[in-house]
Amino acid sequence: MSVRPLSWRELPAAPVITEAGSALRYKTGSWRALRPVIDRGKCIKCLLCWVYCPEPAIIRGEDDGVEVDYDYCKGCGICANECPVKAISMVEEG
Amino acid sequence: MATPIKTLKEIPREELFTPGHRLCAGCGIPQLVRMVLKAIPGPKVIVNATGCLEVATTIYPYTSWKVPWVHNAFENVAATAAGIEAAFKALEKKRGVKRPKIIALAGDGGTFDIGLQALSGALERGHDMIFICYDNEAYMNTGIQRSGATPRGAATTTTPAGSVVPGKIERKKDLMGIAISHGVRYAATMNPAYPVDMYNKIVKAASVEGPTVLHYFCPCPTGWRFDTAKSIEVSRLAVQTRYWPLYEYEDGTYRINVVVRNPRPLEDFLKLQGRFAHLLRPENKHILEQLKRDVEENWNRLMKLAGLS
Repeated sequence: MSVRPLSWRELPAAPVITEAGSALRYKTGSWRALRPVIDRGKCIKCLLCWVYCPEPAIIRGEDDGVEVDYDYCKGCGICANECPVKAISMVEEG
Repeated sequence: MATPIKTLKEIPREELFTPGHRLCAGCGIPQLVRMVLKAIPGPKVIVNATGCLEVATTIYPYTSWKVPWVHNAFENVAATAAGIEAAFKALEKKRGVKRPKIIALAGDGGTFDIGLQALSGALERGHDMIFICYDNEAYMNTGIQRSGATPRGAATTTTPAGSVVPGKIERKKDLMGIAISHGVRYAATMNPAYPVDMYNKIVKAASVEGPTVLHYFCPCPTGWRFDTAKSIEVSRLAVQTRYWPLYEYEDGTYRINVVVRNPRPLEDFLKLQGRFAHLLRPENKHILEQLKRDVEENWNRLMKLAGLS
């Protein structure tokens, strides 16, 4: 945990989190056993993987091209399963 | 009201829900949450009942939310949303504060069962809010116990499939019917495999003054026991087999959004999921037939209501 532990006197009366989106500091990429790899030559920029990603860990570029954010991708494989042109393959980590 | 979108490219890029949450790999909830935050622009308040979404996205000191968010118990999410709406109405009157959109999010436990009384009260009093149920058809967060939303025949940890009882023996509650009978002006079902339809329904619900109810099919790889990669595939099959009709109710009119003329056999949907594996064995044929009748009756009823049969 990257936050300094507080004494009980410093604790807020209720668990209030004042930093929006602080979960970004918690990297879930280590959960992954299989890694999605995108073949950009095959990608048709349909955005299905971007819409279906539960994290979201698919980054939508300016030109609607997509990239995987490996810091957070848990390797569920939805993107590879749904890609209509099979541009995403799941490869073993390690 | 905004014109409905037709393609995924029209969906806004901005993400107000961040990764780093602890929902299971392949979970079906974030696709809903992301779409809600994209489809409703401007100030909003999320009121979240106890459940998977609340537990996994706000593990102290982390939060995945970039919008005001408040948690309350299983039973009172609708009451909390109603109170926030009333408070903002007062602020609007007294100080001219612009009222944000109030969005309540609850699982099937927090909607069908424990939260039903508070929901009924809020719908009856007519608070201006959107109530969204993400329905994964059991209490997944506490360990896959059956709920009023669990379909007939499904195995859960409290309705295990054995030699005497083949999973849950009761039928699933009709949440849409409950909502509509309260006199809401808009209610709709949604499914993650149909994102454009989902987006447009959220926009429509947000444009209606008064309470609206959205009922979302939420695939759960952990509780339904299927490969995490199959979440969207399972969801699509739920529509294609008529298990999960996509329809909306608007000011007295029913509309079926995806009219499934030639349904796939229900087995195509069931066979991907461990919770239904026992239904495909010959000794449980009777409960499979019952479940098929449930699906058929529901579809025929909706076709009649939509004036299509």
